[in-house]
Amino acid sequence: MTHVYNTNPLQIGRHYEMDYVHSYGEVSDFFLGLQKRQLLATRCQSCGRTWLPPRRDCGACGGLTQWFKAPQAGKVHSFSVLHFAAEAFLADLPFVLAYIELEGIDTMFLSRVTGCKPEDVYIGMPVRAKFRRLVQWTPNDVVFVPAETGASAKG
Amino acid sequence: MSGGITKFAKANLLTQEAMCKDALDYALKDLDGRLELRDIQTTICTYFSDHFNGQLLFDSLTQDYLAMCPRPSMRIEGGGATGGLGIRAGYMDVASGLSEVCLVYGFEKMGEVSTEKGNEFIALASDTDFDFPVGGYYSGYYATMAQRHMHEFGTTMEQMAKIAVKNYDNAFHNRWAQKHERWTIGGVLEAPIIATPLTRPMVCVMSDGAACLILCTEEWAKRLRPDGDYAVITGLGCGTDTMRLGDRPRGDVIPLPGDERGKYDYIAGRWPGLASFRGGREAARQAYQQANITKPLEQIDFAEVHDAYASSELQTYEDMGLALYGQGGRFVEEGHPYIGGKLPVNPSGGLLACGHPVGATGLMQGVFALWQLQGSMARHCGDPEAGIDGSKIQVENARRGLIHSHAGTGTYITVHILERP
Repeated sequence: MTHVYNTNPLQIGRHYEMDYVHSYGEVSDFFLGLQKRQLLATRCQSCGRTWLPPRRDCGACGGLTQWFKAPQAGKVHSFSVLHFAAEAFLADLPFVLAYIELEGIDTMFLSRVTGCKPEDVYIGMPVRAKFRRLVQWTPNDVVFVPAETGASAKG
Repeated sequence: MSGGITKFAKANLLTQEAMCKDALDYALKDLDGRLELRDIQTTICTYFSDHFNGQLLFDSLTQDYLAMCPRPSMRIEGGGATGGLGIRAGYMDVASGLSEVCLVYGFEKMGEVSTEKGNEFIALASDTDFDFPVGGYYSGYYATMAQRHMHEFGTTMEQMAKIAVKNYDNAFHNRWAQKHERWTIGGVLEAPIIATPLTRPMVCVMSDGAACLILCTEEWAKRLRPDGDYAVITGLGCGTDTMRLGDRPRGDVIPLPGDERGKYDYIAGRWPGLASFRGGREAARQAYQQANITKPLEQIDFAEVHDAYASSELQTYEDMGLALYGQGGRFVEEGHPYIGGKLPVNPSGGLLACGHPVGATGLMQGVFALWQLQGSMARHCGDPEAGIDGSKIQVENARRGLIHSHAGTGTYITVHILERP
């Protein structure tokens, strides 16, 4: 069925959707690691720079990297409380997006901070990784929660 | 040489092809018939996303519609910097000798989908493996940058709000601006929050619109505007940065030409991080070097910068060397970027007030810059019947301007310096 919104000029509805068979390629181990409650990063064998999200090839010097387990505790480097979002995430509003600093990792990892009120999040706040039990095979399989909450990882 | 724009709007119900034609007609009319369609030797088409309309190879439809077939053309796309990159490509066409007269035209029609869907499409221009799936989208990314800038340098929301108010105030004198709205600092701060610390009037709107610029050799320029009423591109810069904001290094500032040693020692090992745009700095460095600019604040008369967010205009003051890193907030407090200030920024009202139909935006900046240098803002931007006095945003005796086009979270940035001949 075609929706007609206006006739002068003529405006009609068009629909389009697509399913992709998407490959995570050379960084698949990161996503596979999340279900084992591991945060897998890579370290350049030439310059030593560390990457999380991981890269097979160093983004600074082009050298080959090696996998290693990143620490799971860190702190909030910066954040925002979102009150508007892309359509796919409207149901989650409001939520906190944060860049997480982890010891020994040269990049910052974008994730959500949950387990506290959005207004309680601050720069420098200690957080730890919490893994989702029912994995989606996306970076949402890990979130960060305030480090002081003692409850074990569930999701 | 000449330029044209359509008034950007939330929804323009003409087709993209017809919008481009309207912009082109404006540019040709401004040359009083001295340039004919057949004189155009090459074209560059700039638009950002195939998603908004579900039409791939839109450039072919527009090339055809503008009666430009079978001449050489290519589409240039680079996110929000699409228009700026198009100017760069047009310059390459002319400077290489491949073309004497090049038409750069661009458009975007974003109003066929909801704002939420549109934000999702734009978010697909961030990393779709790691950043988009957790709920990332552009207002969110910029908000984290603004938050970090506030944390590191003490920048305030009031300072960002001042930038928004300034741009809306300027837009009152520009008939091409989409938003003729009066804002106060308090009003901006109390408006609904999009993503902390950014409120709605600190964020530009998705829009429909088209713009074009005609670039040519100096010989053609003298023929087309015998009174010398054209602009010369004297500096071009282009910088890039990592798609994922979190992957940016924390290192040392790239110095600009003329910077003394040690000038940025106070943030050594921290730059750009999340607070600054390395690509913008690099673009400015190249453009200043070519245009022999060592004191940008003294040597540039105005700038049209990519204020998709009030916060990013503040950050851009610093990347362009108009203020020291961390002093962008003070720059606005001291009144420098206002009309009548040391270096008016976004006298047109910028993206905040004019809108951001992505592929047209960078070209719009070029059109406004040309009109500033011609001293023709009153004629082009005024509308006496509507009580709009364009002379109020004419920068007095403007001899040299900067335009700054910006993609992603600074993944592509172009800077062009335009001067009177």
